[in-house]
Amino acid sequence: MNSSALIHALVDGVLTGSVYALMATGLTLVFGVMDIINLAQGILVILGAYLSYTLSVHFGVDLFVGLLITIPTLFVVGIVIERLFVARLKGPERTAMSILVTYAISLVIEGILNEVYSINQVQLQAWYVNRSFPIFGIYLPYIYLLGFILAAALLGSLYYMLYRTRFGASIRASLSDQTAAALVGIDTKRVATICFGIGVAVTAAGGMIYGATNAFNASSSYDLISRLLTIIVLGGMGSLGGALVAGILMVMLQDIVAVVWSPIWSSMSFFVVLVIVLSLRPQGLFGKQSARVA
Amino acid sequence: MKKLGNLWRTVGVTSVAASTMLMMANASGAAPKSHALAPIKIGISLSLSGDFSADGIAFDQGYKLWAADVNAHGGLLGHQVQLDVVSDASSPTQVVTNYQKLITNDHVALTFGPFSSLLSLPAAKIAARYGYAMIEGAGGAPSVFQAGLNNLFDVSLPVKDSLVPFAKWIAALPKGKRPANAAYVTTNDAFTEPQIPVAQSIMKAAGIKTAYYSVFPSETTDYTPIADAVAAAKAQVVVLGSVDVPTVSSFMQAFEQAHYNPKVFIATGGPDQGTTFAKAVGIKNANGVMVPNGWYGGATTPGAQAMVAEYVKKYGGTAATISADVAEAYSVGQITAQAVKATGGFNNAKIIKYLHSGVVLSSVQGPVKFDKLGENNEGTAFTFQWQGSNFVQVNPVSSKASKPVLFPKPVWGK
Repeated sequence: MNSSALIHALVDGVLTGSVYALMATGLTLVFGVMDIINLAQGILVILGAYLSYTLSVHFGVDLFVGLLITIPTLFVVGIVIERLFVARLKGPERTAMSILVTYAISLVIEGILNEVYSINQVQLQAWYVNRSFPIFGIYLPYIYLLGFILAAALLGSLYYMLYRTRFGASIRASLSDQTAAALVGIDTKRVATICFGIGVAVTAAGGMIYGATNAFNASSSYDLISRLLTIIVLGGMGSLGGALVAGILMVMLQDIVAVVWSPIWSSMSFFVVLVIVLSLRPQGLFGKQSARVA
Repeated sequence: MKKLGNLWRTVGVTSVAASTMLMMANASGAAPKSHALAPIKIGISLSLSGDFSADGIAFDQGYKLWAADVNAHGGLLGHQVQLDVVSDASSPTQVVTNYQKLITNDHVALTFGPFSSLLSLPAAKIAARYGYAMIEGAGGAPSVFQAGLNNLFDVSLPVKDSLVPFAKWIAALPKGKRPANAAYVTTNDAFTEPQIPVAQSIMKAAGIKTAYYSVFPSETTDYTPIADAVAAAKAQVVVLGSVDVPTVSSFMQAFEQAHYNPKVFIATGGPDQGTTFAKAVGIKNANGVMVPNGWYGGATTPGAQAMVAEYVKKYGGTAATISADVAEAYSVGQITAQAVKATGGFNNAKIIKYLHSGVVLSSVQGPVKFDKLGENNEGTAFTFQWQGSNFVQVNPVSSKASKPVLFPKPVWGK
């Protein structure tokens, strides 16, 4: 085993894991506030990647500058999905029904993307996508560093909004207990709609980084959603901090096992950890059982 | 009663009038002069989505191209060919369901194979259950033939021999130019894994040391740590066992980011995907990348250039950007047509017996002759290389059509 490969694996784990954490944050936020499991999150990440692709290839817009357009666009897409489909789900079967509804939405979006962009894989290109710079004996890819900075900035903004603003207090109140939040005058429906919009909006940033580091097509969404669901289950459903820790842990563990042991065992190693954690803490690393009971 | 009598009279008069009009129409030649034979249905399951979708679509194009061609020339024994194509989403489970449905529900007369060894074997097992021949173009892994199915026929080259011309070329390089070491990394796929040890043993015999050897699971999506480990080994040759474009592009991206430029880079699948590959990695990065295959757009085998011209007319692009999958699928149709013609019908038992008879058939990929396991032992392996925007044959060196290898491979992006 080469020590530089191990350092690389560690660094890649932190940098890439943070981007997965960002994508998973949207998923866990929506579940925490609304008890909705959004299976369309994976295809929405791919939609974000395709929007960046369109702006870059057809309009020459830089990938990061393009986020000024794609983030608001996906926020609106999220609002529309929530108003048209998710808000109509009522009753005790709401969570289970949300799986079916959002899966149907993901299939529709996948079909549209296949029709518009074809099923041939593409990858986002920019000068910083393939370049890297030397630091402490390894080459650090610009795109991974920029992705980490972007994820950190967005997660920081999300954290600030949640803990330093009045609207954030409303979200946290809804996260803890929706009925109690409504009783103290919080418009929980509005909070839910905006939360869903935010949850989808972050896929624009996640999708751009994903598309710059992987060749993708609409089918890539299946792998993505399975990873994102795994992250939020390990971190604790509804926990933003849990998503961050689990995202980094997942990628870092897989990368280290691939380098130190064998790539054959890398995926399995993470699931072994997942099973162990869930057998000890069924609510995940940072999940709160009481909140879900409510 | 009177009303009923009138009704019968009206019906009778109308019938006579209609019959007379039909007879007159026949006499004037308005109706077909001869009875057209019923169309013949061929059932195919293809990976139109999922991991193998790029190859699945190319196969779809190849099959459709052949069907259009054969129909334009009067069909199979006078029957127009109808392709019944269903998608299996690259799933070995779905492919079983699909062929079950095609045979028992759609009552297709013949079956053509899906894409990949992973799907061909379960497909052939289902076909065998109903006595159907499974003629396919992309199921050449040893594990497929080891099943000992009597109904399976792969018109392409057995995959284990694919890297042989490449490995022999490396081994034959003058000592001063010959690379000192090589890294071998492959996905655990029935198509890729058998190729690597064959190449490794040839290169090892020539004194090329193994700097790195690793197998990664086919469901891997983050290739960065594996690619970084390959880069850290600093091997001069990289042999990558891959089945698709994303795998190759991810390795290439990680190599470039690590400032690692091997002298030779060959991937078993992906670089043969024409424009799909070039778009994913960028045409400059493709320069010097090699891939083994049984066919390319410049092939001079009988019928190849006619197929290329038809492809370009129908789907656009150039000869260089046509995937070898198209030729593999087209060859399946050609071999089937020859078997149908020779046996005088669509009886699958007769077709299977005929294909096992040792007869040498012809396809756009070259001659086809099946052994008792259904392997095509007449197939020839080639190595191709991206040189600028061209995809050219470089091996076997003895072939007149082979161009000189671009060696060492230019640094990424040059």
